[in-house]
Amino acid sequence: MDSSSDTAPTDETVIKVSDISKTFRLPHERSASVKSALINFRRRGFERQKTLTDISFEVKKGEFFGIVGRNGSGKSTMLKLLAGIYTPDKGTIDIRGKLTPFIELGVGFNPELTGRENVFLNGALLGFNRREMEAMYGDIVEFAELERFMDQKLKNYSSGMQVRLAFSIAIRVQSDILLIDEVLAVGDERFQNKCLKVFQELKESGTTIILVSHDMASVKRFCDRAVVIHDGHLVYEGDANKAASEYVKLNFPETVAASSGRNKFDKQQDKITVRLKNVNGKPKSNGVVFSHGDKLTFDISWQSKAAARNVGIALYNEAGQYVFGANTILEKQEIKGNSIEYSLTLNVGDGDYYIQVGVFGKTDAEKVYFLEKGYEFKVINDEAWQGMTHLPHEWRT
Amino acid sequence: MSFANILSKRNRALLRELVATDFKLRYQGSVLGYAWSLLRPLLVFLILYIVFVRFLKFGGDIPHFPVYLLLGIVLWQFFADMTSQSLNSVVARGDLIRKIRIPRWLIVLSSSISAVINLGLNMVVVFVFMLFNDVDLMMTALRIPLILVEIYVLALGLSLFLAAAFVKFRDVSYIWEVFLQAGFYITPILYPLSQITNETFQKLIMLNPMAQAVQDARYSVVTHQTQTIHQLFNTIWPTLIPFAIVVLALVIGVFYFKKEANYFAENI
Repeated sequence: MDSSSDTAPTDETVIKVSDISKTFRLPHERSASVKSALINFRRRGFERQKTLTDISFEVKKGEFFGIVGRNGSGKSTMLKLLAGIYTPDKGTIDIRGKLTPFIELGVGFNPELTGRENVFLNGALLGFNRREMEAMYGDIVEFAELERFMDQKLKNYSSGMQVRLAFSIAIRVQSDILLIDEVLAVGDERFQNKCLKVFQELKESGTTIILVSHDMASVKRFCDRAVVIHDGHLVYEGDANKAASEYVKLNFPETVAASSGRNKFDKQQDKITVRLKNVNGKPKSNGVVFSHGDKLTFDISWQSKAAARNVGIALYNEAGQYVFGANTILEKQEIKGNSIEYSLTLNVGDGDYYIQVGVFGKTDAEKVYFLEKGYEFKVINDEAWQGMTHLPHEWRT
Repeated sequence: MSFANILSKRNRALLRELVATDFKLRYQGSVLGYAWSLLRPLLVFLILYIVFVRFLKFGGDIPHFPVYLLLGIVLWQFFADMTSQSLNSVVARGDLIRKIRIPRWLIVLSSSISAVINLGLNMVVVFVFMLFNDVDLMMTALRIPLILVEIYVLALGLSLFLAAAFVKFRDVSYIWEVFLQAGFYITPILYPLSQITNETFQKLIMLNPMAQAVQDARYSVVTHQTQTIHQLFNTIWPTLIPFAIVVLALVIGVFYFKKEANYFAENI
């Protein structure tokens, strides 16, 4: 279900963000008290943290627009500024049309109130009066599939039930611009599909939707355009697929290095060395993030004492599935010495991959050397197709 | 914070739900529930009545002194409850403030309305007491609504200021607690003003809007034998000071709240 081009966004600008900056003052000492305020009147103990710096972008009417960035990048601050919850230090935000004022589902839900009471309270927060709420109450309950539970206290609801109820109320809000913060991942699969249908309908009816996320799969799936915010700066504005790859390029090397320490560009194990030699013909000795279609060339060498008659190289994905493999015997390649050059074009979809290398004797069973995970890397697919690999295809209409 | 905006359909609906929620949650889990909003001032009254009227023989020369005492307690309790609940209201609703754009002052207003509803119930009790005490209904009772509005406006101005200040400085609640305690004794609630023999002190005490309002209310509905600010001062100007304080409290409260409201979400 690719929604990227169902309704063409118009040229009318509905949100214009110009030169927004936002700084938070974080007190060093958390206990803000009159005493400390008086004592430190002149040299107040706080740190200025610039969360957003000179952010500008525009959103057109009817667009599904993404704001992507890591935790702490400032994307949620941007959303709160759009919603009018925070006030910017500098810059302006022009909004044409009615914008949903909330950034989270179920705002104001109280565990001590019944489901019914919470519906009315939440409805009032979203701008409905009692009469309007009474008129749509039945539909809300039906959509949430909670008919039997409405007179129970909310604290007895499961979290999934709470989210369903909150979502059912939220979609009643008739606004021109909808703000969503990571809510696409709520509820069970069946309910998620229901949500997706609603987004689809909203989009078709010309609603502008802004999604804040660090889940690139949803961004690519839903958004037409996106901005990438990194350390408070806007680093990319444009096509959502490109934005997703920008995001991954910005963040992936760091995360791997921090989490596993496996990010060694020369991988040596069991006396086999795999070294990245070049990418698309350009010399490159390291790198872990590649685009679909990149051609990687590796130098593979092993200790010389064994007579290698067959070298096999396999590509596995993150789920451990065998994506592709080839060996020198089957492809009638002669091995000279104790090294070989191997080039592979990454005709695969998004995901994490690794290369496995085996150096064999006469038969596969006779392993001389074996390297389980020779080189780990990530592939980003910023093209329009989806799935594990790109197959030749044609359309006729 | 324009007036038309305050009365908008959306804001009224929200105000109603906030007040209703407040009421539903206040006596959550208590057996007597709403009865507590009447029982609490009555019990306070009972203790003070026994100690000060029965034991210490306060207010001997004032007719209907029990009603006189109860009215004072009810009015003070309203002022104290409204300001201390409102003080906490913005911080207590921090989840709303951080996640949705609603007019911030609605939160303070809703907690003030809860206090007003309580006051209404308590005034019914005062009325019942008046019937049992054979208090004659006087024409001056018509002034009561105006006096209640005066107390409400004073409390609202202070509430806005306190609620906004409490977001930044959590000591405000302790300071205010002490302040209310002091106010209870400085205001002639327990004792007739005549018990203070120094006339300068009497005058100073009566410049406090709560003292002026409580005494005026007693004068209007209980007995004309209540000392009011008009009897203490010969000229009109000093009697305007309490009203000036009320107006000033509202102006400062609104101004400060408006200034701080934009930053509640990040400061809470």
